[in-house]
Amino acid sequence: MKRAQRPIAFTLNGKRVSLRVHPMTRLLDVLREECGLTGTKEGCGEGECGACTVLVDGQAVNSCLVPVAQVAGAKVVTIEGLKGRHPLQRAFAEHGGAQCGICTPGMIMAAAALGPRPTLGQVRTGLAGNICRCTGYEGIYRAIKKAESRSKKPEARRQETAPTIAPSKARTPNPESRIPKAGTQRAR
Amino acid sequence: MSRAVGRNVVRKDGAAKASGRARYVDDLTRPGLLYARTIRSSIPCGEITRLRLAFDASGFTVVDARDIPGRNVVSLITDDQPCLADRQIRHMAEPILLLAHEDRERLLGAAVEVDYLPATPVLDAERSDRVFKHVAITKGDVDEGFRRADRVIEGEYRTGHQEHLYIEPNGMLAVPENGGVTVWGSLQCPYYVHRALAVLLGLPDDKVRVVQAETGGGFGGKEEYPSMIAGHACLLALKSGRPVKLVYDRVEDMLATTKRHPAIVRHRTGVARDGRLTAMDIDVLMDGGAYCTLSPVVLSRGCLHATGPYRCDHVRVGGRVVMTNTPPNGAFRGFGAPQTLFAIDVHMDRIAEALGMDPARLRELNALRPGDTTATGQVLGRDAAALDVLRAAVARGDYRRKRRAYRGTNRGIGLSLFFHGAGFTGSGEVKLQSKASLELTATGVRVLVASTEIGQGQRTAHAQIVADALGLPYDAVEVAVADTSQVPDSGPTVASRTTMVVGGLLKQGAAEMRTMLGHLTPAAYLRAHGPLVVTKQYEPPPGLVWDDETYRGSAYGSYGWACDVIEVERDPVTEEIRPIRVTTAQEIGKAIFPLGARGQIEGGTAQGLGYALTEEVVMRGGAMANAQLTNYIVPTTLDTPPMDVVLVEKPYAHGPYGAKGVGEMPFDGVAPAVVNAIRSLGIDLRQIPATPERVMAAPRIRDSRLRQAADRPASARQAGFGIRKR
Amino acid sequence: MRTAISPLVMRQPRSVRDALRMLRDDGPLTPMAGCTDLYVGLNFGTLGDRRFLDIWGLDELRGIEVRGDVLRLGALTTYAEIIRSADVRRRLPMLAAASREIGAVQIQNRGTIGGNIANGSPAGDALPVLAAADALVELRGIEWTRRVPFTDFYTGYRASVRRPDELITAVEFPRVAGRQWFRKVGTRAAQSISKVVMAAVRADRPRIAFGSVAPTVVRVRRTEDALAAGASVEEAQRVLQEEISPIDDIRSTVAYRREVAARLLAQFWSVTR
Repeated sequence: MKRAQRPIAFTLNGKRVSLRVHPMTRLLDVLREECGLTGTKEGCGEGECGACTVLVDGQAVNSCLVPVAQVAGAKVVTIEGLKGRHPLQRAFAEHGGAQCGICTPGMIMAAAALGPRPTLGQVRTGLAGNICRCTGYEGIYRAIKKAESRSKKPEARRQETAPTIAPSKARTPNPESRIPKAGTQRAR
Repeated sequence: MSRAVGRNVVRKDGAAKASGRARYVDDLTRPGLLYARTIRSSIPCGEITRLRLAFDASGFTVVDARDIPGRNVVSLITDDQPCLADRQIRHMAEPILLLAHEDRERLLGAAVEVDYLPATPVLDAERSDRVFKHVAITKGDVDEGFRRADRVIEGEYRTGHQEHLYIEPNGMLAVPENGGVTVWGSLQCPYYVHRALAVLLGLPDDKVRVVQAETGGGFGGKEEYPSMIAGHACLLALKSGRPVKLVYDRVEDMLATTKRHPAIVRHRTGVARDGRLTAMDIDVLMDGGAYCTLSPVVLSRGCLHATGPYRCDHVRVGGRVVMTNTPPNGAFRGFGAPQTLFAIDVHMDRIAEALGMDPARLRELNALRPGDTTATGQVLGRDAAALDVLRAAVARGDYRRKRRAYRGTNRGIGLSLFFHGAGFTGSGEVKLQSKASLELTATGVRVLVASTEIGQGQRTAHAQIVADALGLPYDAVEVAVADTSQVPDSGPTVASRTTMVVGGLLKQGAAEMRTMLGHLTPAAYLRAHGPLVVTKQYEPPPGLVWDDETYRGSAYGSYGWACDVIEVERDPVTEEIRPIRVTTAQEIGKAIFPLGARGQIEGGTAQGLGYALTEEVVMRGGAMANAQLTNYIVPTTLDTPPMDVVLVEKPYAHGPYGAKGVGEMPFDGVAPAVVNAIRSLGIDLRQIPATPERVMAAPRIRDSRLRQAADRPASARQAGFGIRKR
Repeated sequence: MRTAISPLVMRQPRSVRDALRMLRDDGPLTPMAGCTDLYVGLNFGTLGDRRFLDIWGLDELRGIEVRGDVLRLGALTTYAEIIRSADVRRRLPMLAAASREIGAVQIQNRGTIGGNIANGSPAGDALPVLAAADALVELRGIEWTRRVPFTDFYTGYRASVRRPDELITAVEFPRVAGRQWFRKVGTRAAQSISKVVMAAVRADRPRIAFGSVAPTVVRVRRTEDALAAGASVEEAQRVLQEEISPIDDIRSTVAYRREVAARLLAQFWSVTR
């Protein structure tokens, strides 16, 4: 099995990462398990729900259907790459775009791929590959609309989304810290 | 005066979810973690005769029924469901054996051979003679009611299974610690899991700790089944002495976990010439699946909602839920009510048709009003709002004008009027004895409840209630994670009870704490008096009496009321029914978190549209044959129409700030409104989902006022290529 | 249940030539590209193949070009590229229409026309377009290139004339005269698999193809002949029923598929009149 592994390098949220993995490992598994970026979710493993949506060279893809070997040399951006500061993120949090939250990262990535000021028609078509079972999508449309009105000029927005955080193994989190702190959910 | 309640504050869990920081169970790990897998039956009924591990078992932990230290049951209402099948198999995908290994690849590669002695399964509820529960409700004298009738209208209505399809599949992480075990999981009811684990593992309560991880949707699907998964993870963890993570993939989740109960509801209704209902005779049959789970309570709620929100002096409701050799059905948003409310409200349109009456007028005439009595004899209070929501939705949805205008076209419009009892049925809340606590902190207060945030906004709504009752800013209220070692048992997060019942306890506690604080800040109080925790326990409102034996009395503390007006378009070529607009008026007492309430209504409506139109669980040989997301068809953005939501507030005297429940009701009325809209096209459908195949096969109505394009030859609709259909 | 990944083999050629050599010398290898169906098979445990040839990186196989009367799509052309292409929209609008109805954005960004052909699903949404447009499939072996009429490509359910040592390298469309028409009847408005799908060209001699009504996508030539000879739509619908052989499955029924296929034929005929 070790023999089947090979080195693969790509850019993840603005940082170069290099790993040894089986080339057919799903990008989703590499992101979540090798890189410790668990914001990308698995809802179905068959490319239907869109919860695992990430951007590869700017295009929205289902990371559950991408063998990691195929992103060698590519630029991958996950929800973590938006650093919590993308106008869509704030709008989803504040305007009913997120309920249970499991579809939210993928939904935001698919929405981010639409570019600035999409029409409702473009939003509905562009998010048709992201299933939400909580909102009936109305809250998501409202959030995207709010994000538009709040977002800066396209250039500024691109800059803001330019990822600079360190991903990856170097920071594989302390397992204990990945569990909610005993007892409390801090008010935010 | 009120600073948080009724305002769209920022959700407590919003930022963590939008940033990807929120930790769901599959995001958690531990050093030395083992991955786990469940080996399941591949027959619906029979006995296991031989079981062989056809793989190199080194490094594996293997658990079967003999490894269970306590009782081999998933403890709930009736302890009939084993945690692991020992010999007897009663349904497809029944758990038999558990495997765990640190290398997931080896785990996936492990093959287990099971031989069976198959027996003949019972797959048809109508042919089952094993009854889990009977319900009988009687009001007046139904024979007398029929004697007073000018017309008698009969009908049979069928609903199928439905899959919850929370986007996060079920999962648990079990860690052996402190001589016991702790589980983190995707779940709605930490204390259900806690109780089930204590029984299964033979451990004292204080050796079992259950913590909710962030939960990616529940809808009832994570009410009882998590006890099974937690049991499996714990058995492996205790045997191996290592942390074990058991997360289902989508196919397994669909094949093995609970679904909505299929139902057949038969109505026989007497009506006077003027449209008044004189007698309602209703028979309800539900398919419980192989084990009891929550079926008795689902049936009970179904029967209690079977008359719809209509007044009638002579009522008989008889219900039974039976065993079949299919995976057990369980809790799902609405909990039995959607099935019976579908039946009555399609039946009402058929009555209107028979009398040549406007369906809205028929409902107006018969809608329950304040002071009326329900089938169980409950006298409704001033907050009974059936007429209010009916009038609001009919006006806002322009129902009457559109119904005339659409005649003869491929557009249809339909109406449903419905209600939903909030909280546990009957004496359920009294038996639960729910508790809720508040703990003073240096900067404010911490809410300690076992209620879980599953997307509905529990943390936010509870914090809003506490903030206002305590006179503190919303941001000064923290909500603790639902961890059985930290929070009291507030009962399960089900039955639209979290805001109304648990929120009510929190409001009482906060008021008491406010008195104790006096003019002191929290920090000053702590300095002067030391720690402060206030706990409140549920007591029924005065006058709330229920008799479980006779089904008489107040079935619920309060009811929400709602009316849907739904417009559809039929494609004359494909018979596809496309919803094009939803108008809904929903009376919920008080919207504590209006954005959250609206989200529940819109989301519940979308889920209801799936139930009405596309969500078909295809059962073959006792198993779901379409257990993939590509073949189980839930609505996407392009399948979901614009929704116009009208919130109506008629405060409930015993709810916090007047709040009732909102979680389930929005689901209830969608299917009947859709089918009534289809009916307005002249298509006589009495079963959901209304797939194009069923619409095509359904009889056309011979009533001249209803006959429309439906029985004309397929006309050439200008739907050339390149135009997206939706 | 998910298939373990570790026993799988993936070869990554550097060029088409390299790929063809691997197919010849190191076969059997299953070519993989956008993987929109491959992982579904692996995750459901329904895909038996264990050795794969990853051609996704072979840029020689990308691109849309017009060569005289021929519209040529490299096998790795994605649906998203087809949708964006002015050449496709102008010359083959029914293919653009079909591509817009495949999956949703994420799938359109990864799924390829070559993959749709190779996968050979009777429900493949783009395939009736290829059949109705009289497309040619370009197959390359290490020492040859051949073009097979798309309508001769399949030999049965998911079986084709492609030899194990050949790659689908392109699909070519001659100029299509006449009005084009496409309609997919799926399980829902997006992310759906077709229950019936039809592509057609209204010309002196109409060309009509259906998906999801037979073991492979079908050109219904006798129906075409009937219409060309001036038969009524009703007569053509009767002929059509003899040419298709739909099945009951978890998505639809024989009765529905037959009736809708007939209605689609009528709709096509009246809309393109």
